[in-house]
Amino acid sequence: MATSRIAHGGGIALSAALLLAWSVGAHADLTLNMPQGVTAISHDVYNLHMLIFWICVAIGVAVFGVMFWSIYHHRKSRGAVPAQFHESTLVEVLWTIVPMLILIGMAVPATGTLVRMYDARDAELTVKVTGYQWRWQYEYLDDGVKFFSTLSTPQAQIRNLAAKGEHYLLEVDNPLVLPVGKKVRILTTAADVIHSWWVPELGWKKDAIPGFINEVWTQIEKPGIYRGQCAELCGRDHGFMPIVVKAVPEAEFQQWLEQMKKDSTPKTAQNDSRAPIVPGGQTL
Amino acid sequence: MSTASHTTDHDHDHDHDHDHGPARGLSRWLLTTNHKDIGTLYLLFSLTMFFIGGAMALVIRAELFQPGLQIVDPHFFNQMTTLHALVMIFGAVMPAFVGLANWLIPMMVGAPDMALPRMNNWSFWIMPFAFTLLLSTLFMPGGGPAGGWTLYPPLVLQTGNAFPFVILAVHMMGASSIMGAINIIATILNLRAPGMTLMKMPLFVWTWLITAFLLIAVMPVLAGTVTMLLTDKFFGTSFFNAAGGGDPVMFQHIFWFFGHPEVYIMILPAFGIISQIIPTFARKPLFGYASMVYATASIAFLSFIVWAHHMFTVGMPLAGELFFMYATMLIAVPTGVKVFNWVSTMWRGAMTFETPMLFAIAFVVLFTIGGFSGLMLAIAPADFQYQDTYFVVAHFHYVLVPGAVFSIMAAAYYWLPKWTGHMYNEKLGKLHFWLSVVGVNVLFFPQHFLGLAGMPRRIPDYALQFTEFNMVSTVGAFLFGFSQLFLLYNVIQTIRGGAKATDQVWEGAQGLEWTLSSPPPYHTFTTAPEIE
Repeated sequence: MATSRIAHGGGIALSAALLLAWSVGAHADLTLNMPQGVTAISHDVYNLHMLIFWICVAIGVAVFGVMFWSIYHHRKSRGAVPAQFHESTLVEVLWTIVPMLILIGMAVPATGTLVRMYDARDAELTVKVTGYQWRWQYEYLDDGVKFFSTLSTPQAQIRNLAAKGEHYLLEVDNPLVLPVGKKVRILTTAADVIHSWWVPELGWKKDAIPGFINEVWTQIEKPGIYRGQCAELCGRDHGFMPIVVKAVPEAEFQQWLEQMKKDSTPKTAQNDSRAPIVPGGQTL
Repeated sequence: MSTASHTTDHDHDHDHDHDHGPARGLSRWLLTTNHKDIGTLYLLFSLTMFFIGGAMALVIRAELFQPGLQIVDPHFFNQMTTLHALVMIFGAVMPAFVGLANWLIPMMVGAPDMALPRMNNWSFWIMPFAFTLLLSTLFMPGGGPAGGWTLYPPLVLQTGNAFPFVILAVHMMGASSIMGAINIIATILNLRAPGMTLMKMPLFVWTWLITAFLLIAVMPVLAGTVTMLLTDKFFGTSFFNAAGGGDPVMFQHIFWFFGHPEVYIMILPAFGIISQIIPTFARKPLFGYASMVYATASIAFLSFIVWAHHMFTVGMPLAGELFFMYATMLIAVPTGVKVFNWVSTMWRGAMTFETPMLFAIAFVVLFTIGGFSGLMLAIAPADFQYQDTYFVVAHFHYVLVPGAVFSIMAAAYYWLPKWTGHMYNEKLGKLHFWLSVVGVNVLFFPQHFLGLAGMPRRIPDYALQFTEFNMVSTVGAFLFGFSQLFLLYNVIQTIRGGAKATDQVWEGAQGLEWTLSSPPPYHTFTTAPEIE
């Protein structure tokens, strides 16, 4: 009787798992894990993430293993007679000290990575990133180049009136262009409310806070286009202010920068209107 | 009026040892000072809020079923995320624990009632007004609060007419919580039956004692900081405005100094419940009672020195990041001790698996999974990736739903026969359990993947690579949400009637509340019981 109930529950769980497996199998490109990223720091962060994940898995397997073994064997329906022990100073001390040691083992690499992430010295280029409701502004401080970067996904796609493009909601008019192989210092701040600048492939996010400037750095290893989003709730169109970083070889970057300097009024530099990205009204 | 009902009660209740029965009609509930009635009010209020907050969650999940904007405007979506959190935290989880405390603490320590019964009435009746106020903001010009339940400035200052109403509602909830906490401490410290020493108290009482101190310590901090928001908005102060010499991040520090202990306010009583239920169904005393008490106290202490792990990305100095990372990791130690103790309690017991035990076992497993992701989040450099993504959403829902909420459901099934005198429908209870446990995992497990793959939280629309897991999550949400109707039906049926429950109810149940009749008389332990 009880077994049939459990089998019933197990059946539901199994079908849910199958549903999940089907959904995963149907799309081979489905991402399950954190990207390894394209910087030395992002690799460190990924390795740290995996290290702690596997430690947790090991502890989980051990603890749940013991528990389910006990649930199977020490059940009244199998005629188990309850023991009456309820204390053991030895095991209490052991399962306090052993976790402490495991934690120290995690803290050491975490501290090393954190110290490296905080070392923004000797950057070769500085870009100031300013969050606005709801767009980003990039300013190359040493070169006087400054422009806005705004979502370029057409309204019709958001409103389900047109087929959605490959980079739906992760595309902008003017991407941030950075040279590969150079240490770039990024200063984040905001003009209105708090935003957060995040490109997963770079390995971190940093809040952009009005009235304050935060400093981070990155050194991208290989050319490519890396996409991210604002990560701090910043109002109605928080979901519609993506970040696109275009990493190019040094020579190409210099060329692009010269072009930008010549173009004294980049087309979007004037685009400072506070109109919402997604016009409202008709959805409810 | 009260004299009249007095007389009637005496006429009808002479079999009850001249006990005063409840008053008749509405005044019984409006004017009651009885801990059982107030406990019932809290629990029913919490159940109502659970369904209101749940409906909001279903709006969120329905919008996220597919990419694109289908059902709601982004601004309304943000109101839903904000109110879902406020309603669930302050309206569903906390009142449920206070309701359980009201019902159980006097019966567990052998007290006739709560120490401060009139204040008890007041602390409950503030709640419906606070939440009417909060929910009414949805109909105000500019809509309800949409800046997230964390109320971060400057964004929260963009709230429309709703703003002062939200602040007042938060003040009212805070006042109610503080009064409830004072009452619980006064009851536990003063009204224990002779012989009920502190180290003999049931763990539910211990965890609530510690929780009540956390509440008294941090609710005034929340009140203070939301008042600072109010003066920033209306009286020209600049606490959180950099242009006036203030600092928006200071709000986050103050808020999370409240917020992190608040997290433990929602989980410590759950630890207490699980520590009552597992020994009963394992038919074996709780393993490591004293270490459970010390672990609870350690977690409570640590909760005061870890707040900034919610803010690793705001740009703290390196030393600050390291301190909060190490302190946060330390919490894994006492939490681990608790899990090990529960497993050791089951070890070599003689277990049966009635609905309360099923929920308790699911709690241990799924709360531990939430604990693991919590440990991952504690690692500051990795948190720079996790922060503000669906990984965080998955983490805190694992500790709050199959954590806190499952413990409340376990408690409801466990003590409902004692409260009502009727056994609930076990078959329906098990069905509710299996649907809930499957639903909750289908709902929240894929959110780990979404967060790791780069989906930020609090967005109404998303890039195409997040589609599949969002669909799975939404299916789980509707399964979990609608399964709760079985709980509602079962509770109503049990209140209305059903098989008569014995006084002991469960074969392995230990403790003073099981020595009383089921249901217990309106007034219990008017003479203190003796504890050997």
